[in-house]
Amino acid sequence: MTSQTLGAPAGGVLHGVGVGRRAVVGPVARVRPAPVVPADAPLVVDGATAGPAQVHAAVERAFTDVAARLREQSAGASGTVRDVLAATAQMADDAALRSQVLARVDAGEPPVGAIDGVVQMFAGMFEQAGGYLAERVTDLRSVRDRVVARTMGLPDPGVPHLDRPSVVVARDLAPADTAALDLANVLAIVTELGGPTGHTAIIAGQLGLPCVVRVTGATDLEDGTVVAVDAAAGTVQPHPDDAVREAFERRRTAQDALAADTSPGATSDGHAVALLANIGTAADAERVGAGAEGVGLFRTEVLFLERVAAPTVEEQADAYAAALRAAAGRKVVVRTLDAGADKPLAFATQPDEENPALGVRGYRLVRSHPELLDTQLAALVRAQETTGSTPWVMAPMIATPDEARAFAARARAAGVATVGVMVEVPAAALRAREILAEVDFVSLGTNDLAQYAMATDRLRGELADLLDMWQPAVLDLVAATARAGRATRKPVGVCGESAGDPLMALALAGLGVTSLSMAAGALPAVRYALRRHTLQRCEEIADAALGARTAAEARAAALDLVDPEVRTTLAL
Amino acid sequence: MAQRTVAVASRVGLHARPAMLFTQAVAAAGVPVTIAKAGGAPVDASSILFVMSLGVPHGEEVTLAAEGPDADRVLDELVELLSTDLDAPETQGAPTGGAS
Repeated sequence: MTSQTLGAPAGGVLHGVGVGRRAVVGPVARVRPAPVVPADAPLVVDGATAGPAQVHAAVERAFTDVAARLREQSAGASGTVRDVLAATAQMADDAALRSQVLARVDAGEPPVGAIDGVVQMFAGMFEQAGGYLAERVTDLRSVRDRVVARTMGLPDPGVPHLDRPSVVVARDLAPADTAALDLANVLAIVTELGGPTGHTAIIAGQLGLPCVVRVTGATDLEDGTVVAVDAAAGTVQPHPDDAVREAFERRRTAQDALAADTSPGATSDGHAVALLANIGTAADAERVGAGAEGVGLFRTEVLFLERVAAPTVEEQADAYAAALRAAAGRKVVVRTLDAGADKPLAFATQPDEENPALGVRGYRLVRSHPELLDTQLAALVRAQETTGSTPWVMAPMIATPDEARAFAARARAAGVATVGVMVEVPAAALRAREILAEVDFVSLGTNDLAQYAMATDRLRGELADLLDMWQPAVLDLVAATARAGRATRKPVGVCGESAGDPLMALALAGLGVTSLSMAAGALPAVRYALRRHTLQRCEEIADAALGARTAAEARAAALDLVDPEVRTTLAL
Repeated sequence: MAQRTVAVASRVGLHARPAMLFTQAVAAAGVPVTIAKAGGAPVDASSILFVMSLGVPHGEEVTLAAEGPDADRVLDELVELLSTDLDAPETQGAPTGGAS
């Protein structure tokens, strides 16, 4: 351990983007980097430089071996990892990649240069295409590294044998590397590259491992250095002191228990608050499984986006039936098409709107395209008939009781049993009682509610302080809606981002919200926070927040009333 | 030379699983097949790298071409494959083994 750390000062905390909320302490195990071989290095066999025929054979064998090894790893894996490895194996097996490399080798090019040249061409094409393909470049480079190492007789790059629980640190982690991990000994994953939507993050999420990506200086950490990895904070701290270790250990133990708990949401004194998941597809519903009491927001627009024409009633019915089946009899709240503004549709969006967020969007599309809603309602009822489960159905962007009444009439006429509307326009929150008189339930979309209450575009990062979910004016609108729900004895849910924040969830329960719907990953922390407080304490938290003058004061006042152990466990 | 033009039905476009199943089918057909986007250069349809790098989204048309006595039959089969949503759960049972 004599080499200098360049990017990170000794003991300095490294920062990145955290995935998940977990925290662990453990020794670093570095993933072996790609082999560094000059592009013109000759292949040496038995002390002599190999001829073109020998090089050809060595490269061909390397491709075949690498593909076979990847297929073997794929067969031993499951789920996403299995698919990703199979796709990587197919890259290694790719006829065009192999024949182009061999053509260069046959023309006398040194093997590493030939491999790099062809891989670079494909990587360039992938990067130019952007998005999903740009992220596949990692897979391609992992194929390259393996083939180069195998051709030149070097040890395989990748993951070392883990003989104790370790924090795996890599520049970037290819899926093949992830698959080779001995998961029983992986505490966390830290990478210098990658993004929060990349493979590493997705797979770490699937495995429930804390993960921090985009950590500058991570690869300067030495093997064996003890680090404290905090996914909630997005930090990696070398040489943590005993206090940090103990705090992390408490969080880890508690969070292990949280994730194992899938019981219904309730306060410590048994007041039920249904914990639901937000989904976009049937596959999402399958992933959520028994971790939630149902689906609080099924965003149907996923089916409509990037289409030139609206999907047919059959196609929609199939998709809705798949989601209902995946929910296996649990509650499902379907939101009808929420197009317009930031989610334009080729066949329904008004082309010339100056203020699309204030224009013909959500339920308002019924003015210009009533057939879209009628087709969707017919498809939902058909799915209801084929599956035997009855979804709740709600419309987005309702502003007046008359709109709520008109939607309810249409939905009930189509055969929907339980009809609701979203409350995301301040006018609807202020007149929630009159709106609830028309429908069976409402669901607060707190992101849009904040955008409209604060007159602040959700997409303007520099105005984020105005959109803070603790803004007292926004809390007032939520409170008014919840009061109307109590008065009319009808359910009031929340399906915006704020439902997934454990502290805000306590305040929402205290305001009288009856269900919280969130990203599936947020459920354990919210379930735990609720379980550790009485309904009365939740009400005190809500009152404290409502009594504050600013967003920061509202959050601080709420936090003051939270059980100290919950604060520590969830790193609030 | 036989040609077919078909819109890609898979919801994710011709990426990931759909690209894998398609290129495997081409390789198994034993006839050289090319694939091109409208106005684009044809590329080897058995290469997952070439097929993925076309970046074909859902609903966009591609043109397949092949030569030889089997060309029409092979192209018809491939057209049927591309007209199916290969990302749908019902196709999960499809073969995924490598060609070699």
